[in-house]
Amino acid sequence: MPLLEIDDLTVEFKTASGQFRAVDGVSLTVDRGEILAIVGESGSGKSVAMLAVMGLLPWTATVSAKTLAFDGRDLLTLSPRERRKVIGKDMAMIFQEPMSSLNPCFTVGYQIGESLKVHLGLSKSERRKRSIELLEAVGIPDPERRLSAFPHQLSGGMSQRVMIAIALACRPKLIIADEPTTALDVTIQAQILELLVSLQRETDTGLVLITHDMGVVAETAERVSVHYAGQKIEEQPVGPLFADPHHPYTAALLAALPERAKGKHLPSIPGVVPGQFDRPPACLFEPRCRFATDRCRTKVPPRQGAIAGFALCHYPLTHGRPIGHPNPEGREVAA
Amino acid sequence: MNAPVVLNASKLARFYAVPRGAFKAPATVKALAEASFTLEAGKTLAVVGESGCGKSTLARLVTMIEEPSEGHLMIGDTDVVNADREALRKLRSEVQIVFQNPYGSLNPRQKIIDALAEPLIINRKEMSAADRKAAVLDMLKRVGLRPEHANRYPHMFSGGQRQRIAIARALMLKPKILVLDEPVSALDVSVQAQVLNLLVELQESLGLSYLFISHGLSVVRHMADEILVMYLGRVVERAPREKLFEQPLHPYTQALLSATPMADPERQRERIRLKGELPSPFNPPTGCAFHPRCPRAFDKCKVERPELRWHGETEVACWAVERDEALVATQAG
Repeated sequence: MPLLEIDDLTVEFKTASGQFRAVDGVSLTVDRGEILAIVGESGSGKSVAMLAVMGLLPWTATVSAKTLAFDGRDLLTLSPRERRKVIGKDMAMIFQEPMSSLNPCFTVGYQIGESLKVHLGLSKSERRKRSIELLEAVGIPDPERRLSAFPHQLSGGMSQRVMIAIALACRPKLIIADEPTTALDVTIQAQILELLVSLQRETDTGLVLITHDMGVVAETAERVSVHYAGQKIEEQPVGPLFADPHHPYTAALLAALPERAKGKHLPSIPGVVPGQFDRPPACLFEPRCRFATDRCRTKVPPRQGAIAGFALCHYPLTHGRPIGHPNPEGREVAA
Repeated sequence: MNAPVVLNASKLARFYAVPRGAFKAPATVKALAEASFTLEAGKTLAVVGESGCGKSTLARLVTMIEEPSEGHLMIGDTDVVNADREALRKLRSEVQIVFQNPYGSLNPRQKIIDALAEPLIINRKEMSAADRKAAVLDMLKRVGLRPEHANRYPHMFSGGQRQRIAIARALMLKPKILVLDEPVSALDVSVQAQVLNLLVELQESLGLSYLFISHGLSVVRHMADEILVMYLGRVVERAPREKLFEQPLHPYTQALLSATPMADPERQRERIRLKGELPSPFNPPTGCAFHPRCPRAFDKCKVERPELRWHGETEVACWAVERDEALVATQAG
């Protein structure tokens, strides 16, 4: 049984101009000791899907799913009180902006101790001992003194280490890291990613890494789920995904990276991610896809099998060639 | 290497006085020290480094938003430090800047046509309204936007389109030098590629010189001809692009390259671990500013600051590199 099982998750927001579907039929599983990366550009619903799992969405959101189970418990029917016992304890989240996700009014020690007190009921001295242990584990020098530091006294990298310490405090089974290094410098990013992965290995937790950085994915993840406009469009282990992407969007995204470019001109993807009002009727990537045909415009694409990377596409690619396509060269899409 | 030099900085420095309360003398932060470089017409000079390394200060000096505390800055044939007001006014229209965040750099209450016409109203007073409008529409077309976009407001555009508008605005006065301060780091990958392509096209068609400031090494590798690597206000390495990526000399450059994630899961490499974080610029380490984090530091690094020296095509400021070279020389001799 997987640690986290999501089947057909849909999240809709009530907005002034009607319902907006931010996550559209996403299915995922995460096992213990595994690193799953969720990649996608802004507006792909990758963060919203995980916030739905954590139960951190505002009241304007409607969450529906066939299954949303964590560690054998059904999160959909769990009462809010029961749910609060799970999140922060067995399932923890690390957010993007370390500077703004810590409370500026309380010391680091207090903020780490909070979850230890609520979830584990540790006494004051036990909390202090465990907090020092945690700060040591995340590589903060002089942890005893740092306990009484306020967030503004810490650098970005240090704050993110504290966030990781808070997430690890109750020895969670699953950590969801939402763009944990986007706000940090590259040398610090390398330190933080290495720390996350080594802690994850040690404690055999599941790790969901939400990111838009293909470089981070290539170096950290084991399995990758690619999202576009709220849908999961492809899922593959990391090696095959980079070697042979099956969905045209994944292929185009990888080709647009400057480090994979052959010449001075980058093969960019024309257009932008569809919004609330210009959502295509069938395949969501069709207006930007160089292989799109009439079928893509009228018929919702099927989910392919494991060989084709579960691609959500009528003509999944194999080594860059679309299977069963009437014109395998594709067309030029105007920018 | 014979293109005319459009920008020439020598020993450029900028210090800031930071008040430390009523009873203490203000502290001086050396945001930028002894930066020397040249930029040739039609070329791209990239500046890389982490936050606090002085790359944005450099941009502010080159765009004449601030005056250098020391050193000289030649733009074309004019020295910025000694120039009179009239000369400075002319220079300002030759150097323009595109900022990182296209959400913050456009006035939300100004239509695109007004935002683009404003530089012309101020600097080209003789221009008629009809000419201005024609110039704006022409520029919109150049950056890949449509004429009907002119009467819209910034909130109606996506991030990539806004960056196109910011680039169009910077180009309105037909500058020679464009300072690009992290122009694509706020954009998604697919959009980033569109904007980078646009920048390459514009450079070719207008013969622009770019001062490209970025922390993303893969973007820099794609765009730059020459690269300056900065650390804590100082240039630590300066090299042509291929040289820097294939044979980085300074330990900091090497660490930066090894820390940058590459989109290739097959790649095996040794990561150079940097200990600790960037030191405070108020109290920079003695000697070489990088020595507390440097894997190759030895005694001399702690006391004496290395100067930039030529090693082949690369200029580098590092005692360890000089020691290596001396070693090779003695073995050969």
